[in-house]
Amino acid sequence: MVADAIVSVEDVHLRFGGVVSLAGVSLTQERGEILSVIGPNGAGKTSLFNCLTGVYHPQMGRIIFRPTPEHEVSLIGRKPHRVNRIGIARTFQTSRLFNALTAFENVKIGVESRQRTGPIGAMLHLPRTMREEKESDTRTVELLDFVGLRRRGDEIASGLPYGDQRRLEIARALGTEPKLLLLDEPAAGTNPSEKLALEQLIRRVNRELGVSVLLIEHDMRLVMSVADRVTVLNFGQVIASGTPGEVQRNPAVVEAYLGRVETEESGGEG
Amino acid sequence: MSRIAINGVSMSSLRRSQDVRRLGAWVLGALILAVMTGPSGTTTSPTAGFTGSLLHPRVLGYLAFGLVMWALSTARVRSRDRVHSATRGVQQLREKLLGDNRVRHGTYLVLLVLAILVPTQLNSFWQEVLVDQIGVFVLLAVGLNVVVGYAGLLDLGYIAFYAIGAYSAAYWTGALPVHPVFHLNPFYVIPLAILAAVVAGVILGVPTLRLRGDYLAIVTLGFGEIISIVATNLSSVTGGAQGIIGIPHFSVHLSSFHYQWGLSNLPYYYLLLGFVVIVLVAFRSLENSRVGRALAAIREDEVAAEASGVGVLKYKVMAFAIGASTSGFAGLLFASKISFVAPGDFTVQLSILILVLVTFGGMGSLPGAVLGAAVLQWAPEYLRNHPILGFQQQDLYIYLGALLVVMMIFRPSGIWPSRRRRRELALAEEGVGTADAMSGSSDPAAGPG
Ligand SMILES: Nc1ncnc2c1ncn2[C@@H]1O[C@H](COP(=O)(O)OP(=O)(O)OP(=O)(O)O)[C@@H](O)[C@H]1O
Ligand SMILES: [Mg+2]
Repeated sequence: MVADAIVSVEDVHLRFGGVVSLAGVSLTQERGEILSVIGPNGAGKTSLFNCLTGVYHPQMGRIIFRPTPEHEVSLIGRKPHRVNRIGIARTFQTSRLFNALTAFENVKIGVESRQRTGPIGAMLHLPRTMREEKESDTRTVELLDFVGLRRRGDEIASGLPYGDQRRLEIARALGTEPKLLLLDEPAAGTNPSEKLALEQLIRRVNRELGVSVLLIEHDMRLVMSVADRVTVLNFGQVIASGTPGEVQRNPAVVEAYLGRVETEESGGEG
Repeated sequence: MSRIAINGVSMSSLRRSQDVRRLGAWVLGALILAVMTGPSGTTTSPTAGFTGSLLHPRVLGYLAFGLVMWALSTARVRSRDRVHSATRGVQQLREKLLGDNRVRHGTYLVLLVLAILVPTQLNSFWQEVLVDQIGVFVLLAVGLNVVVGYAGLLDLGYIAFYAIGAYSAAYWTGALPVHPVFHLNPFYVIPLAILAAVVAGVILGVPTLRLRGDYLAIVTLGFGEIISIVATNLSSVTGGAQGIIGIPHFSVHLSSFHYQWGLSNLPYYYLLLGFVVIVLVAFRSLENSRVGRALAAIREDEVAAEASGVGVLKYKVMAFAIGASTSGFAGLLFASKISFVAPGDFTVQLSILILVLVTFGGMGSLPGAVLGAAVLQWAPEYLRNHPILGFQQQDLYIYLGALLVVMMIFRPSGIWPSRRRRRELALAEEGVGTADAMSGSSDPAAGPG
């Protein structure tokens, strides 16, 4: 069972004053797997992401990340950009692109965060700067291509259709060469064909790039089709965990989630 | 845009509120002109300038002028929608021309040739203005532009670094009461002055930039005051309030070749021009580099930048220190040029003035900073003794303030905005990003619902 966990969350508690956001959450994600976190609104899903990425600091608990099987780091108390640096990238529930910049620049900023050119190199056009510049251009084009936005590189991010914005955010995250990618409701607000493309994209990120994916999603059809395993949160606690099929049949989940799961499922899963 | 077009009612009410705003601006402008051309206040009745002008029948004339201008500008706005497509064509042409490298480089070359040739035709008064007022302030504005424009940080103590540069020059050349181990030619002081300013910038920046928002403005304001008070009171080291004279000029000694910059302005102008060009090229490269993009990302969305691996603190400190170093460099140049440095030169007003130059020119835009500094530093010199528009030196900041207010109403992006900045403002006007920015500022990355 404890084969090779890329991330383990142990008994994490997070409070905001009187509001308990996470009340002892534990979960483990295997390397290479697509794990989905579902749960009703306010269950604590986004809070969990924010704890993983250093935005929130839980009052209690441990979060261990293993960039490689031999290597162990604690994520708690680490600054967001340092979390990113060791291999965890994320997208946001409402996409947060650099709106006034082009799609190309958005992705390039992610790619460049891995490089080392400083202000002096940039001002003097030192050889390393020029080399890194070329490398990041190439990588950026590859990534835009990967998410299907190659031809939209010169467009301003905020002018892109919604679905493209979400994929652009994924490309920017991939630019930072993550081992683990956190996606917060990537399908929210997209149309059915965009959802389908997204589903394929998530699979390709996982299979072709070998990136483990932790996915928050309300769209059950998407979850059931891409997730290897599902963890269900409710009121800041894990109420169920297992394969999509197991979770669906779990009475506690049905109870917590009720209306929503059943209606959407009957349409999708058939 | 479509939202507005659908809703005709809100469109017309929006227009009406803009009309009112514009009316207010013109009335204000007219009143300022009335005061400007009226009598001056004195120490015994400091408000005489206002009461004497505003109660004068002349004010009616100016108000009428303001109203006519308002009517004209309103008419222009009304017709703008119709000619919008035409102006868009012009805009696109401009973008295309500017986007074409050959055209751009050709323009730079022409400007450079003009900058080299024109000063030879000027009299010594304007040559001095060109160095002391314009050249030095172009350098200062370009440096502050990195802090304010690229990184979006408000630095109100910018002139303190100028002081550090100037006193570094005085120290290393042996002009201060305290002496270094060996005396240096100002050329060799350049790296030392820059280093001193960078170190001061980092020491000030690291603790302050950790905090959010306006702390930097307050701390830098205090820092500026501290530096000027220390320079005034630590007379055993700095020479005190009356300042220090005898800072040597720049000079070159290469085996048999000796040259010394002296009191005449033209040689200093060319030296300064050389430095300005180098700094401009360097900052242009910086803007289009990894560092420049990281700064743009931070300005746009700090949370997203951090999540994308951009170390926000590091880049802010970097931008702050780069600005500081430019300011220190300018201080060194100026101190050596006039051979003199005194604490009275480093007032908060001067920091504000440079901020006005950058804002007027267009935040985040290199040509904007140059143009803003050149225009705003030239205009007062030109107008000061003008028969009609002449004004009192001590009133200068009233007019600069008024100008800034008018600019913010009509053209908040400055006279030569950067492309990125223009987009940011356009987006904010359309409501894209503003909603995000607001939810982001109150609770970052949460976005519940
Ligand atoms: N910064 C914060 N300050 C105060 N309370 C917060 C904060 N962030 C989250 N919470 C609270 O924590 C709880 C969990 O919120 P969270 O955003 O994690 O839910 P979620 O599962 O992502 O919900 P949704 O499906 O609506 O996105 C909510 O009650 C929320 O109000
Ligand atoms: Mg959420």
